[in-house]
Amino acid sequence: MSERKIRVVVAKPGLDGHDRGAKVIARAFRDAGMEVIYTGLRQSAEQIVATAIQEDADAIGVSILSGAHEHYFKTIIDLLKENEADDVVVFGGGVIPEDDIPRLKELGAGAVFGPGTPTGETVEWLKKAVGEARVGS
Amino acid sequence: MFTEEQLKAIEQGKADYQKSVDKSLKKFPERKETFSTSSLDVDRIYTPEHIKDFDYMEKLGFPGEYPFTRGVQPTMYRGKFWTMRQYAGFSTAEDSNRRYRYLLDQGSSGLSVAFDLPTQIGYDSDDKMAAGEVGKVGVPIDSLADMEILFDQIPLDKVTTSMTINAPASVLLAMYIALGEKQGVASDKLGGTIQNDILKEYMARGTYIFPPKPSMRLITDIFEFCSENVPRWNSISISGYHIREAGSTAAQEIAFTLADGIAYIDGAIKTGQDPNVFGKRLSFFFNSHNDFLEEVAKFRAARRLWARIMKERFGVTDDKATRLRFHTQTGGSTLTAQQVENNIARVAFQCMAAVLGGTQSLHSNSMDEALALPSEKSVNIALKTQQIVAHETGVCSTVDPLAGSYYIESLTDRLEQEAEGYISKIDEMGGMMEAIEKGYPQQEIQDASYTYQKAVEKGEEIVVGVNKYQIKEEGRDMELLRVDPSVGERQVKKTAKVREDRDNNFVQNALDDIRKAARDEHENLMPYILNAVRGYTTEGEICNVLREEFGEYQENIVL
Repeated sequence: MSERKIRVVVAKPGLDGHDRGAKVIARAFRDAGMEVIYTGLRQSAEQIVATAIQEDADAIGVSILSGAHEHYFKTIIDLLKENEADDVVVFGGGVIPEDDIPRLKELGAGAVFGPGTPTGETVEWLKKAVGEARVGS
Repeated sequence: MFTEEQLKAIEQGKADYQKSVDKSLKKFPERKETFSTSSLDVDRIYTPEHIKDFDYMEKLGFPGEYPFTRGVQPTMYRGKFWTMRQYAGFSTAEDSNRRYRYLLDQGSSGLSVAFDLPTQIGYDSDDKMAAGEVGKVGVPIDSLADMEILFDQIPLDKVTTSMTINAPASVLLAMYIALGEKQGVASDKLGGTIQNDILKEYMARGTYIFPPKPSMRLITDIFEFCSENVPRWNSISISGYHIREAGSTAAQEIAFTLADGIAYIDGAIKTGQDPNVFGKRLSFFFNSHNDFLEEVAKFRAARRLWARIMKERFGVTDDKATRLRFHTQTGGSTLTAQQVENNIARVAFQCMAAVLGGTQSLHSNSMDEALALPSEKSVNIALKTQQIVAHETGVCSTVDPLAGSYYIESLTDRLEQEAEGYISKIDEMGGMMEAIEKGYPQQEIQDASYTYQKAVEKGEEIVVGVNKYQIKEEGRDMELLRVDPSVGERQVKKTAKVREDRDNNFVQNALDDIRKAARDEHENLMPYILNAVRGYTTEGEICNVLREEFGEYQENIVL
């Protein structure tokens, strides 16, 4: 039986409109054979989690440049737990100070990719992370 | 420009040169098979053949004269440097006010206000949509009370202020006018710019509120109000900056910006306004990116193309209304999080390109912007970079010093042609609003952005410190600016207090008046909004009424 394609939600939470990175990474995931659901702008944490559950997604990639990263990572991860969907891999990228990354990981983010990360690196990481999550679940 | 004979001699000379090139190539192959700018191929050398039909008077003319290729003022920087304007705003009105006064002390000649996202999207700080975002990427302004603090001890008749505000531009402009009244500065003495460019928000930046039609009405209402009441104000800054940041090429940046400009002019003409009048108060905003010579050519091409559009398409007869005046910001997205100090060099070259391109106002980015908001130290280096370009490099001693370069003139022509091609396509679609609805510019920008990203990953494009010449960086010793997390809470309290202290009957009546005016297309909304903000009606309250009347824009997602 062939393995199900990775399904990933690329999300832009909050009011931040800078979506270049989100769109580039969404295309890179798609080129890598994944199924990509891009939420578009101005999504609440509730909407993002609902999309992930409804789409039976393996992962949520959060793109954020507005400085509200801690708020949104925490809310998204909490909501996944509440909905017993904490096998969904959460990761992100954007303008996020390095010093904040350990805190985001503590909250449950699998990885945070800074500006300039090659898309290939993110693709490889996601394949591995989803593989592990599927084995674990 | 060149005689047949001269051209023939050049052709002959080039054939001989080609022989030595062939020899040289055998020994030293070139670094790449093809060389290019952001979208155009670049030849090995440029000669008079590239510009053989060049008519000096038609293509260049003189600075301060149509078609303004060589600049919009006769003497350019020999008379006065560009306005050095650093975009700033963060945490609270108090903190931002301190930063403005610091920048003015350091020789900044104008202010540029960065608002936080809730303010840019018309939410008060206590709105649930604002959670986590208050004071993060700019300053929160809920009511006139915040504006009073923001400009404390800054006389509005002495500085000019640029405000990056789009969807709710009318509200913030109204607050600025009301603040002027409080300081005793009449509205006809106020100078500055509001961005007020909604089309690029749908295309590239995302801080829209209303659908295109009512947004267009708000914009043309502002044109009309400013023409009559705030004559020194630039009522719009038509922005290519964000289009470029979203990943466009240089030619797309020109094309989509000017096509937006065409849409605004069409809109204003439909309301009976004269482009000879409001055309003088239009301003533009461009990016200064990495390809130095392409950028210089880009600014010159944009200026010439716009002058022609105004004259030929709109029949503008007053030359002043055909001048493209612009602010420039260095390219934020060109800055790297790796080896951040390298960004100082990038910004310096980009500043130089903007100056050689004839900008009227410049913001130089700070080296740490790929990591956080700029610290005081980094913003100071960025400002000093402009001062070094102005005072030490000598490029301001003559006007448009690169004019006549075979490459610059040829590239200027080609960028102009490529941009015109895009504009024709957009015309065929029925104009920019229709093109945006079809997702056309969005798709073009995303394709360019993805193509560039792939080129970087294949190593065809080199980004120093990112895909070549990397160094292992161990812990940064840089002081990054951090916004105090309690800022949001304090701002919420402050706004609650404003609501308590004001005359709420007045506010309710003012909001009712705005609602009525919103329902009548022939009413100009500006006077009603100005009336409301004078009584400390908040931005969110005004925008909520307009949201109820106009509805909200739903993004057309293109991947």
